[in-house]
Amino acid sequence: MDFDLTEEQRLLQDSVARLLGNKYGFEQRKGYMKSADGWSREVWSQYAELGLLGLPFGEDEGGFGGGPVETLIVAEQIGRYITLEPWMSTVVIGGGFLRHGASQELRNELVPQVASGEMLLAFAQVERQSRYDLFDVATTAKKDGDGWVINGRKGYVVHGDSADRLIVTARTAGDRRERKGIGVFLVDAKGPGVERRGYRTVDGQRAAEVELSGARAVAVLGNPEDGLPLVDQVVDECIAALAGEAVGAMQAVHDMTIDYMKTRQQFGRPIGSFQALQHRAADMLVALEQSRSMSYFAAMSAAERNPVERRKAMAAVKVQIGRSARFVGQQSVQLHGGIAMTIEYAAGHYFKRLTVNDAMFGDADHYVRDLSETGGLVAAA
Amino acid sequence: MDLRFTDEEIAFRQEVRDFIAKELPAETRERMVAGRSPTKQQVVDWQRKLNARGWAAPEWPKEAGGPGWTLAQRYIFREELQQAPAPSPLGFNINMCGPVIIEFGTEEQKRKYLPRMLNLDDWWCQGFSEPGAGSDLAGLKTRAVREGDHYVVNGQKTWTTLAQHADWIFLLVRTDPAAKKQEGISFLLCDMKTPGITVRPIITIEGGHEVNEVFFDDVKIPAENLVGEENRGWDCAKFLLGNERFGQARVGASRERIRRLKVIAQESMDGGRPLMEDPDFRRKVTEIEVELKALEMTVMRVIATESKRKDKKPDPATSVLKIKGTEIQQMCSELLMKAAGPYAWADGDPDEEDGSNEVDVAPDWAFGLAGVYFNWRKQSIYGGSNEIQRNIMAKAFLGL
Ligand SMILES: Cc1cc2nc3c(=O)[nH]c(=O)nc-3n(C[C@H](O)[C@H](O)[C@H](O)COP(=O)(O)OP(=O)(O)OC[C@H]3O[C@@H](n4cnc5c(N)ncnc54)[C@H](O)[C@@H]3O)c2cc1C
Ligand SMILES: Cc1cc2nc3c(=O)[nH]c(=O)nc-3n(C[C@H](O)[C@H](O)[C@H](O)COP(=O)(O)OP(=O)(O)OC[C@H]3O[C@@H](n4cnc5c(N)ncnc54)[C@H](O)[C@@H]3O)c2cc1C
Repeated sequence: MDFDLTEEQRLLQDSVARLLGNKYGFEQRKGYMKSADGWSREVWSQYAELGLLGLPFGEDEGGFGGGPVETLIVAEQIGRYITLEPWMSTVVIGGGFLRHGASQELRNELVPQVASGEMLLAFAQVERQSRYDLFDVATTAKKDGDGWVINGRKGYVVHGDSADRLIVTARTAGDRRERKGIGVFLVDAKGPGVERRGYRTVDGQRAAEVELSGARAVAVLGNPEDGLPLVDQVVDECIAALAGEAVGAMQAVHDMTIDYMKTRQQFGRPIGSFQALQHRAADMLVALEQSRSMSYFAAMSAAERNPVERRKAMAAVKVQIGRSARFVGQQSVQLHGGIAMTIEYAAGHYFKRLTVNDAMFGDADHYVRDLSETGGLVAAA
Repeated sequence: MDLRFTDEEIAFRQEVRDFIAKELPAETRERMVAGRSPTKQQVVDWQRKLNARGWAAPEWPKEAGGPGWTLAQRYIFREELQQAPAPSPLGFNINMCGPVIIEFGTEEQKRKYLPRMLNLDDWWCQGFSEPGAGSDLAGLKTRAVREGDHYVVNGQKTWTTLAQHADWIFLLVRTDPAAKKQEGISFLLCDMKTPGITVRPIITIEGGHEVNEVFFDDVKIPAENLVGEENRGWDCAKFLLGNERFGQARVGASRERIRRLKVIAQESMDGGRPLMEDPDFRRKVTEIEVELKALEMTVMRVIATESKRKDKKPDPATSVLKIKGTEIQQMCSELLMKAAGPYAWADGDPDEEDGSNEVDVAPDWAFGLAGVYFNWRKQSIYGGSNEIQRNIMAKAFLGL
């Protein structure tokens, strides 16, 4: 049992922390948010230099050769600074689809472009009726000659407005909620038949609503008749990364809250001297540390080969992280008082990101139901 | 004990309901159903309609321009407005400053201010909190110095809700810096057009503009605008804060939100069926409904004992109402956001052109619900934070 980072992992952690420490002050972040892309191309190219964009790819392909622990390390820093770049979409999700679903030829073409920062990817999965069910897909893909033609509407496509390629789930066969018959397709985001309406989300990120009308796929990822296992796997890897992000964000906002409690004076003394608040802050620390533990479990389970066990593990991760994120987010605002209600103060931005983080790919309520329906974690004797 | 409403009270409820159905503009109602605050004009128009009917100030005595209602009538009236939903009479005028003037003001002040408050000819705002004086309100520093027949005021107020709309502000100021904190404070009324006042917006986390900083730089306020005695402003403040807490129960408003939640949860799909058919979700909603019913009964108990209270001190039971009322409202806003799922996350103040749902990125019923959830975190902070309410209860009820 060893929770210590290796020398290499520590270096990775330090280099990301240093970069973001320099580039992600609160005012800088605000500037990125206001820019046309809604994030920073400059930071993005520095990610490329540090190898963060090639993180999950093999060194033989020009990648960094990182695994789930390396992903966790980067994700935690991203949460600490609540960054806005499309790293999750492009590297964790997009990278996941390329690693697990792309042909060798497609990998040869795209991995170098992703690793160098030229190619941005986004996952077009959510539909109005689907909520958090990955298999609830109304968008269709029809065979046409040797290609596929896609029709449908996707929502909350994170970073869909700046993406070069969209990774689209679409139904090749079966009814809307059938597990079989889902394919994953790569679509040129600027190609014909693709209409995108970009917008800002409440956590300061960007997303798009995407209409696909006769859009032609440029490639198929995985088995077009049975792509759901691939989707599950990639989403599970993303859940592990989201856990790291949440822990980073919780840590940052908790630190901020404790600092504030030490400096803010009311009734002639620091508010941190009030025991009611001390206990709350201690409970927040418990929630944070339980989540940190769970983020390690997530990294450990991301590579689990048995998909049923992996899904269960990630459901448990979502439950713990979601509950903690809610509590830490809400209480950080509460313990600050009015100041955290202003857009000029960082705590509220962490609260908002933690709220969305909880609900991405399903909130804690969704997964507690899922997990209980599949028998929980402990088997009856 | 008989907690049932009488036939007259039931008839009164119908009368109020009919009035609202006939008079409330559809746009105002729709806006509020969508979870947005009514516009200034909507609030003004509605209050004038209520005033024309003699209903602008349900709690005021007849001689001050109120309808002279029983406690039950006031309760019914407020509940009907909230659940319509219709704008409530402007709290700053009707529940905060008005009652203070009625209780502590001179005849001259009553004549001058009350009718204009009722008709919303003047929009008032509350200048209590300061950067250094939040929970510790009595630690306020804004200074008022008597010079001839004026006070000269210097300092800063903050979190001043809707000061951007306001014609007048009621202020707590320090008139005796040497006295014990609570004993050197006075209650002043100030015209917002007085030279030396600067209002600066504070944007809240969801992007809305409802609070402000208000700066006072050598602002001359006529001495006749003092309410009550000099250095006795804390009595007015405590009286006012008790009323404010009471107003936080908002039982009718929460009932309206739960109704809305059920509509949205019918539209919104989960697991291939309407969310409302998910037993876990239904259970959560039901638990709030039970809490709300208990709160409703508690509110009625507090109202009933209020009529028997001789002193004008706020009833510490209002702390229970404030804590529970705000917790329930916050839960409602959270469930509304959750019900909408990813479609609640489109950003934008629906009042702003570029932040609207015009690009159609979400169903209209989902748009803005996350923003309301974020914004409503304020409820457990303002009006005396929920921690402060617990301190009050520990002291006043438990003798700790
Ligand atoms: C089943 C049981 C087995 C035990 N076994 C042993 C044993 O084997 N050996 C042994 O030596 N003792 C034992 N104890 C005693 C135990 O350690 C004490 O009960 C404990 O330290 C609490 O002390 P107290 O009961 O005097 O309560 P108090 O200290 O009087 O506390 C009363 C309440 O006040 C709270 N409180 C006290 N101080 C503070 C503070 N500063 N801030 C906030 N809250 C505070 C407490 O949390 C508690 O809720 C046992 C107790 C129990 C119930
Ligand atoms: C949206 C909004 C609108 C508002 N509108 C108005 C308005 O119109 N007019 C006006 O005058 N004010 C208004 N306020 C101000 C509001 O009343 C204050 O925010 C509130 O009193 C808390 O003060 P604070 O923000 O300075 O927090 P602080 O007092 O600094 O509190 C910070 C934290 O410490 C806790 N705390 C403080 N003291 C204690 C204690 N003794 N024991 C335990 N915990 C404690 C608090 O509960 C809170 O969690 C508004 C505030 C908001 C957010």
